[in-house]
Amino acid sequence: MTAVPLPTTAPPQWSPLLGRFSLEQLPFLHEPIVAATFVGVILGGIALVGALTYFRLWGYLWKEWFTSVDHKKIGIMYMVLGLVMFMRGFADAIMMRLQQAIAFNGSEGYLNPHHYDQVFTAHGVIMIFFAAMPFVTGLMNYVVPLQIGARDVSFPFLNNFSFWMTTGGAVLVMASLFLGEFGQTGWLAFPPLSGLAYSPGVGVDYYIWSLQVAGVGTTLSGINLIATIIKMRAPGMTLMRMPVFTWTALCTNVLIVASFPVLTAVLVLLSLDRYVGTNFFTNDFGGSPMMYVNMIWIWGHPEVYILILPIFGVFSEVTSTFSGKRLFGYTSMVYATVVITILSYLVWLHHFFTMGSGASVNSFFGITTMIISIPTGAKLFNWLFTMYRGRIRFDLPMMWTVAFMLTFTIGGMTGVLLAVPPADFVLHNSLFLIAHFHNVIIGGVVFGTFAAINYWWPKAFGFKLNQFWGKVSFWCWVPGFWIAFTPLYIMGLMGVTRRTRVFDDPSLQPYFIVALLGALLIAAGIGAMIVQYGVSIWKREALTDESGDPWNGRTLEWATSSPPPAYNFAFTPIVHDLDAWEDMKRAGVGRPLEGFRPIHMPSNTGAGVVLAGISTLLGFALIWHIWWLVGISFVALLVSAITHTFNYKRDYHIPAEDVAAVEAQRTAQLERLAQTQGATA
Amino acid sequence: MSDATHHQDVSAPLPASLTKLGKFWDLNEHDHPEGHSTMLGFWIYLMSDCLIFAMLFAAFGVLGGNYAAGPGPRELFELPLVAVNTSMLLFSSITYGFAMLAMQRGSVSQTQMWLLITAVFGAAFLSIELYEFANLIHEGATPQRSAFLSSFFTLVGTHGLHVTFGLIWLFTLVVQVSRKGLIQANKRRLMCLSLFWHFLDVVWIGVFTFVYLMGMLR
Ligand code: HEM
Ligand SMILES: [Cu+2]
Repeated sequence: MTAVPLPTTAPPQWSPLLGRFSLEQLPFLHEPIVAATFVGVILGGIALVGALTYFRLWGYLWKEWFTSVDHKKIGIMYMVLGLVMFMRGFADAIMMRLQQAIAFNGSEGYLNPHHYDQVFTAHGVIMIFFAAMPFVTGLMNYVVPLQIGARDVSFPFLNNFSFWMTTGGAVLVMASLFLGEFGQTGWLAFPPLSGLAYSPGVGVDYYIWSLQVAGVGTTLSGINLIATIIKMRAPGMTLMRMPVFTWTALCTNVLIVASFPVLTAVLVLLSLDRYVGTNFFTNDFGGSPMMYVNMIWIWGHPEVYILILPIFGVFSEVTSTFSGKRLFGYTSMVYATVVITILSYLVWLHHFFTMGSGASVNSFFGITTMIISIPTGAKLFNWLFTMYRGRIRFDLPMMWTVAFMLTFTIGGMTGVLLAVPPADFVLHNSLFLIAHFHNVIIGGVVFGTFAAINYWWPKAFGFKLNQFWGKVSFWCWVPGFWIAFTPLYIMGLMGVTRRTRVFDDPSLQPYFIVALLGALLIAAGIGAMIVQYGVSIWKREALTDESGDPWNGRTLEWATSSPPPAYNFAFTPIVHDLDAWEDMKRAGVGRPLEGFRPIHMPSNTGAGVVLAGISTLLGFALIWHIWWLVGISFVALLVSAITHTFNYKRDYHIPAEDVAAVEAQRTAQLERLAQTQGATA
Repeated sequence: MSDATHHQDVSAPLPASLTKLGKFWDLNEHDHPEGHSTMLGFWIYLMSDCLIFAMLFAAFGVLGGNYAAGPGPRELFELPLVAVNTSMLLFSSITYGFAMLAMQRGSVSQTQMWLLITAVFGAAFLSIELYEFANLIHEGATPQRSAFLSSFFTLVGTHGLHVTFGLIWLFTLVVQVSRKGLIQANKRRLMCLSLFWHFLDVVWIGVFTFVYLMGMLR
């Protein structure tokens, strides 16, 4: 047996200037794997910065993107952030798969416990907070204002700021890779393990502050989108004429605002335990670790619906568009969404049936959990009935939707199984649970994000995505998922526990090797997806969509050009029916060609970048106990926030002539299109 | 809802002059008035803040009896002092109300005066609170002593921090009002701070009742 040295868990030394930082805290100096990654990242970083400088893109990026308050650009930036962090999270996943496939027969594998524990913690945190959350926030940001016929969100500056706070959190997590360490506690950092006594290093503090910085962004963006949906809908768009995606976005943001503060509060309490020495979650002096578990799951369960509800909205839009029909059971879809929103607050205890709350409490939460499957099932039937007798077009968004319906249903059923407390006593903490939640998260959130990207990409960029590579990606991803996670279901039923680094029972190894092969197939799917984006951008001329409505869509985002002008709509649409754009097309109504007016728009500002940058620095200083930097950055934050409020001039008008010029181009484009179509017809 | 005031009313029969185009596009629209969603947005923010307090109350509810063989409320709390403190905050809410009335009348100087009086009461509240904390810590009843004290200091302290930020915000607004006068944007800001200030008052009544009064009965 090759002994892997255990890193010391002694608290790091402290010095006034550098806080807890010292050369010992640079893992790439003594861990070869981290060193290799570090070199790779540094080289990649230099190449990227060099390229941006060489092509003189910094000014463009700053002016057109980083300081932009345009919800469309912010939405796209969220998607880019999500994709980048998804790659990082996936790299962690592959590392775990490899470790578990080889750590048999006395082999320790290639990751020591200190490293392995960081990997699963970082994987979970990154995937949930910095991949999946940016995906859904990005989609909502991009699509909701267009779908409700608005020109932007209610608070455009806040939107930019929220994005940069989320990015700041991601930066902190990434920094932990090379400066210090990340938590080794699992993605929810349960005390007492995450308390000072058992986690004296900077890992848990990275965890806390990255989530706190990002959490501010998430909460504010939730507030922003609720206000947008309530206040900025086009005239005539009553609540029951709102597109389903917008409905799910509304419920999601209600969930965000009603749950993220809970996360904030519980993390504050954990930090007080760690920084001040209070006794909220300690074992002694009256603290209660179980309270932490309750509190964090009061946020945690709504969180999974925050991820999946907007994705249900995506599937609803896709199903009805690609079946060429109005969504079956719109009203029941809306009610199902609302019911799920409410019920998602009444189930949190199903995550710890084994904690010993007693039979009655467990039964209550088991039953509420099972009840949630009813509205969810209703949704599935609605999608099925929408497809029934529709003229289904199996483009990529629809393919992902069908894959979702098959995959998610099975994930849902294993979820109901886990909701039975006695069954959960057997399956708790096992690989069965891991398989279950990846089944719903990958089969739901990830597949749905891919459906959405394929569906709305032409809107965002004016050209479609390449079908061939999209299909390659699809056929790697879907079987890849099943090959990677079916073994986990089986092993979970046999009692194999999660978060395990080495195994004694050699008969398990084949399962882990199959799971590794599945993960490699997924890797191929991710590769094909990147190729798909690359090829599509390269051959964009051939894939161009001039119409702005490539799928024969039904909702208002398809009523404007692709990409839409900064102001989205030269005139605000008036809504008379659900599926407003379909209604307009049926009525044969065109666009107004004259009478343009100046349009009132918010101005770009760098304040969001500055404020979020200082917040990130503050987080960093707190992590490392660099108190002088804490003081300076806190004061800087306060001063720049106050200074920002002295700027009263935050908007401008696009002159009517400019609007007229843009719209004239659009008219010419549509005429050209009509001619070529007339010629080919 | 405010939307109705600046968009044409779609339920009304369309005048004959309006073509099909006008049925589907708002040809005669006006800008959304500046800050049209601010009050709603700020209200939603307050509700999210309220949840943070809800968690702190919950923590106190769970841990409030865990003295860990240390002192409990009856040994520690001085109700008369807390009563004086409460009255400071309640008075500050009243004076903030007067500031809002002055704002409605459009009087810059009176608005500022009432704001500053509010600040005095707010500062008095904070000072008494700090005095109380200092006393407790002096007696050895520190936040580290027991889970009860941890949750007590955190709940009351978080409220105090809110009041502190409210004060900073208040002074900022005094300056902004003197610079720009009672323009629409400043009125909106004053209204937001008003919501915030009264919200803190309501939270404090919860603290007074659950922590101090019921603590004495515990
Ligand atoms: C893309 C393919 C993915 C693979 C191959 C994968 C693989 C894994 C593995 C091997 C584990 C550790 C299981 C154990 O404890 O034994 C894990 C844990 C986890 N994964 Fe994934 N995962 C993937 C995607 C995702 C996604 C998309 C999400 C969420 C959006 C996610 C969230 C999590 C979470 C929260 C944990 C638990 C971490 C912990 O134990 O604290 N994963 N995953
Ligand atoms: Cu749950």
